[in-house]
Amino acid sequence: MPNHLDFERIEKRATVKKRIGKVFSYAMLTFWAVMVLFPFYWMLLTSVKSYSAYNGEWIPQLFTVSPTLENYLEAFTAVPLLRYFLNTLVYTLITTALMLAVTVLAAFAFARMQFPGKNLVFTLFLAMMMIPNELVVITNFVTVTEMDLRNSFPGLILPTVTSVFYIYLLKENFSQVPAELYYAAKVDGTSDFKYLWKVMIPICQPTIVTVTILKVIECWNNYVWPRLITDDENFFLVSNGIQSIRENGFGRDNIPAMMAAVVAVSVPLIVLFLIFRKKIMTGVARGGTKG
Amino acid sequence: MEKNNRKAWLYLLPAMAFLGIFMVYPLVDVLIYSLEEGFNFASQSGHGVGFYNYGYILRDPYFLQAVKNTFLLVIITVPVSTGLALLISLGLSSIQKLRNLYQTVYFLPYVTNTLAVGLVFMILFKQTPYTDGMVNVLIRWFGGETVDFIDGPYWAKMFVLCFYTVWVVLPFKILILTSALASVDRTYYNAARLDGTSSFRTFTRITLPLISPTVFYLIITGFIGAFKAYSDAVALFGTDLNAAQMNTVVGYVYDMLYGNSGGYPSYASAAAIVLFAIVLTITCINLLVSRKHVHYA
Repeated sequence: MPNHLDFERIEKRATVKKRIGKVFSYAMLTFWAVMVLFPFYWMLLTSVKSYSAYNGEWIPQLFTVSPTLENYLEAFTAVPLLRYFLNTLVYTLITTALMLAVTVLAAFAFARMQFPGKNLVFTLFLAMMMIPNELVVITNFVTVTEMDLRNSFPGLILPTVTSVFYIYLLKENFSQVPAELYYAAKVDGTSDFKYLWKVMIPICQPTIVTVTILKVIECWNNYVWPRLITDDENFFLVSNGIQSIRENGFGRDNIPAMMAAVVAVSVPLIVLFLIFRKKIMTGVARGGTKG
Repeated sequence: MEKNNRKAWLYLLPAMAFLGIFMVYPLVDVLIYSLEEGFNFASQSGHGVGFYNYGYILRDPYFLQAVKNTFLLVIITVPVSTGLALLISLGLSSIQKLRNLYQTVYFLPYVTNTLAVGLVFMILFKQTPYTDGMVNVLIRWFGGETVDFIDGPYWAKMFVLCFYTVWVVLPFKILILTSALASVDRTYYNAARLDGTSSFRTFTRITLPLISPTVFYLIITGFIGAFKAYSDAVALFGTDLNAAQMNTVVGYVYDMLYGNSGGYPSYASAAAIVLFAIVLTITCINLLVSRKHVHYA
């Protein structure tokens, strides 16, 4: 039965082929996973090597037998790392809160209210999504300098509050809430604001959480604007802190202490990510931009 | 209805105030700045209107260097990162086990501070009197010639910058491509299997056309993002990018505005507008090309 054998051979070849493909897939995926994880491993590893051990290694060792926490102590005492953290926390919280208030109100007006010129204004808003930050940062820098707001929280926060994209995202979500709910609330004499607060926001909570998380990530990693607007280290955010540590902290060669600072800066967001993994990833897929 | 009108504007007021002050006004202002000649920060006045600022930056070797660096970065990283992301996403969609774990790992660079991790890359690639650095140890291990990637030759620095940029932008691309691949209707694949179509042909004839809008979206955002590269370069080479010959156009804008060579908002404005014009042109070209090649189902 040559025919039957043929089938068997074809099937066998197909399974082998499939298996090779699988092995190749896994090999490639693992390779890139290592590429991604290695820098994280390296900073963690270097941060627990002692200063003398690190500098004694002509060929860097891939592990250490005597981990130490002294670098973390050094990182938090030799430079005001805690101060940078507090600044970033305050900056992130206030900016995100303001952004939420502004965004929710605007999105609600666009989604639920009727007023003349609504479409025109909304189109103008959308058009603003195309304006790159680099183009407006120059005047903002001059404005903030003239208002004497350099090295202050208002100067840091105010220009970075609004994101047109989040207004758009939330407006789309608000529009999906059935209008009947709104009319029912109106019949019952509920005010617009109460309706927004008690009905819209709870219903659209997932999107609001997404927007919040994206903004928190953005704030935590913000570098360019804070660098322009602060030169007093009492107002540095973590990014600027890291940069100034690199340029003149610790005496340039204390790499382990530097890495301890880097780990300290990276950990909060990684923890946030691991907790809200699903939310962050769907959120970024829907509305993130980077790269 | 009249009451509702006024209320709507009240709801919009905060957003309009913020956008007006920090977005619309600056947009007009930046044009004015770029055309004011000899503008002086201290006296807040210039002595004439014209295109002198544009002429100045186009003759400035630092600006030309920045443009060259930026173009190189764009031309290298956009195809490489998109291709790599496609390869990885295809790999991800072909497996079931450990898929979530891989996805989580790949996404990590997205949530990390560019400046902080850039410092790690610098250490991995840098040659110091005390150590060759991890990468050079590997190179030597494979029998290659060691090179200082941070303070060394131009191509080495460009390589690190491109490598780091790809590392940073991949999470976003992988995420978007994976969800695009997952949304392709399985029936097409089943039909192809019934016909005994080879997997390569399945990819070029089914998968690629169906996800082409997503790929194209990534290419456009990739172009725009890469043209605005700046903090990656700062993370690797420090704030004095001109000295390192590694400045980007955005870096040039900020240097002109502030820092050691700063205080020239007119030049900064002109450079920013030139950048915007380049990005706009390339995006338009991309859109035209896509009409021919992108398949919108």
